[in-house]
Amino acid sequence: MSHLPVISLNTIPQAVALSERVHWVGALDPNLRNFDIILKTANGTSYNAYVVRGSEGVAVIDTVKENFAGDFFTRLEAVARYDEIKVIVLNHLEPDHTGALPELMRRAPQARVYISQKAQSMLKALLKQDHFEFTPVITGDTVSLGDRTLQFLHTPYLHWPDTQCTYLEEEAILFSGDVFGCHFCDSRLFNDVVGDFRFSFEYYYAHIMRPFKEFVNRALTLIEPLTLNTILPAHGPLLRDQPQRYVQRYKELSRSALQSEINEGEKTLLIFYISSYGNTRRMAEAIYEGAMSVDNVRVSLYDLEGSEIAPFVDLIEGADGLIFGTPTINGDAVKPVWDLLSSLAVINLKAKLGGVFGSYGWTGEGVKMVEDRLRGLKLRVPIPGIRIKLIPTEEETQLCREFGHELALDLMGLRQAKVIDIADLV
Amino acid sequence: MAKASITFEDINVTVTAPAGTRLIEISEKVGSGITYGCREGDCGTCITKVTEGWNNLTEPSVLEDKILRENMAGKHNRLACQAQVLSGVIKVKPV
Repeated sequence: MSHLPVISLNTIPQAVALSERVHWVGALDPNLRNFDIILKTANGTSYNAYVVRGSEGVAVIDTVKENFAGDFFTRLEAVARYDEIKVIVLNHLEPDHTGALPELMRRAPQARVYISQKAQSMLKALLKQDHFEFTPVITGDTVSLGDRTLQFLHTPYLHWPDTQCTYLEEEAILFSGDVFGCHFCDSRLFNDVVGDFRFSFEYYYAHIMRPFKEFVNRALTLIEPLTLNTILPAHGPLLRDQPQRYVQRYKELSRSALQSEINEGEKTLLIFYISSYGNTRRMAEAIYEGAMSVDNVRVSLYDLEGSEIAPFVDLIEGADGLIFGTPTINGDAVKPVWDLLSSLAVINLKAKLGGVFGSYGWTGEGVKMVEDRLRGLKLRVPIPGIRIKLIPTEEETQLCREFGHELALDLMGLRQAKVIDIADLV
Repeated sequence: MAKASITFEDINVTVTAPAGTRLIEISEKVGSGITYGCREGDCGTCITKVTEGWNNLTEPSVLEDKILRENMAGKHNRLACQAQVLSGVIKVKPV
C-alpha cells in the first residue's frame, strides 16, 4: 500500500483520502521536540483532524493546534465547503486539538458542536462565551449524516475528564482522540508505511494514559466489541493495519504487573527508607517486623540508595500501602525521598495507604512534610508518622513495631475505628 | 450546645464537635486526607465528598456554590473550609 499519497512538507497542504468518504485534514509539526513540558519527541508530532462526508452533510472531527490552522483549513477546503459542515465533533478539548475551533465555528456558523458532558464548561472557558450551539453526548448517542452515522463513546480521563471517542459505524472507523495516539510525525501517515513508532506509542501511553489505567480498562470494554477496520487517533500514525493489535497492547499495558504475583486476599505493603547513620534504617526494620506480624500482608523493605527511581514507581503502582522513612537534614526530608515522591504523577495513587517515619537530630520536620505530600497525592494517612530523636531506644523500637503492625492492620481493614471528642485533640 | 459526630472515612476516625465547627478545623487535627489551599473558600482545593448527613451541615453559600460549580464538583460535594457542622451524623471523605 506504499503507493498511497505521501504528504510533502514543502508544497500546498493536501487532504488525504482514507476512504471515499473520510479524509485526513490534520497538520504535521515535525519540529516539535517537547510537548506540554512533560513529553519529549525526537521527530515532532501530528495533529490529526478528519472529515466525514455523509449524504446529508459533512462532519469535522477535531481540529489542530492554533498555529497550524492554516494547513488545516487548506486541507479542509479541498474536500468540503464550509456551508456543508453540519457537525463538529471534539473528542478532546486540549488546545492542540481545538486551536482552530473558534475560526472553524466562525466560518461554519450553522455547524453544531458535539462534545462530552464533561466538556461543556471547558468549551465555554475555551471560547470565552456562553452562547453557542452544542450538544453534550454520552455512550450510545448518535448523529446522522444521512448514509453515515457517528456514534459516541464516553471514555473519560483518557487523559482529560472530557475525552470521548467517535465511531463511524458504516466504515468501522474509530476516531479515538488521544487514545492509541503518539507523538510521531511522519508524512507517510499510515502505520504500515511510517518509520518505527513502537517506542513513541509506548512512551505516550506511559506518560499520558498510565495514570488512568482504570479508565483505560473501562474504555476498552466499549472499544473491544467494535468491529475495527481502522483506528484514527488525534496524534501520530493512522492505524489501518491490524488496529486490534493496538487495542490489545493497551490492554496489556493497563494490567498491573505486580498483581499477578499476589495471592487472593493478600495485600502489599512497601517500606522505602534512606538512612545516613543507620537510625532511620533501624526504624524501618522494626516497622517491617511489626507489619509482618499481620496475616496476608506481603511486606517489602527497600533502601532508596539501592535503586533507580523507575522500578520503584512500577512497584508503587501495584502496591496497596506505602511507608516512607526519611531523616531530617537542614529542616527538610532528603532529596532521594522527594525525587521518588515527585515521580509518581504517572501512576494512580488514590486511596492507597500511606505512612511516614524518620530519625532526626534537631528539628525533625521531614516526617510531617512527607505526610503532607502523601495527602496531596491522595493517599490516606490514617496514623500520624513517628519521629525519633537520634538512635531509637528499645522502647522506641517497640513503638516502630507497633506503628508497622497498626498500619498493616489498617491495610487489611482490621483496625478499630477511633472515636474522639474535638476537645481532646491538640 | 448541639454536637455533631463527623466521620472521616479515609482514616476511619470519628470526632464529636460542637455545632458551628468548620470541617477544616477538625480534619486538620485528625490528619484526614482532605487537602487545603487558600482556606477561605476561593480555590476549591478542599472539595470533599459528603457521604452521609448532608443536611447536618450548614447550607452552602452562593459563593461556595459558585466555586463548586467552577471546579466541576460532583453532587454531594462541599468545601471543607466553608462547611460547618450542625448536629447528628456526618460522614465525609476526600474526593
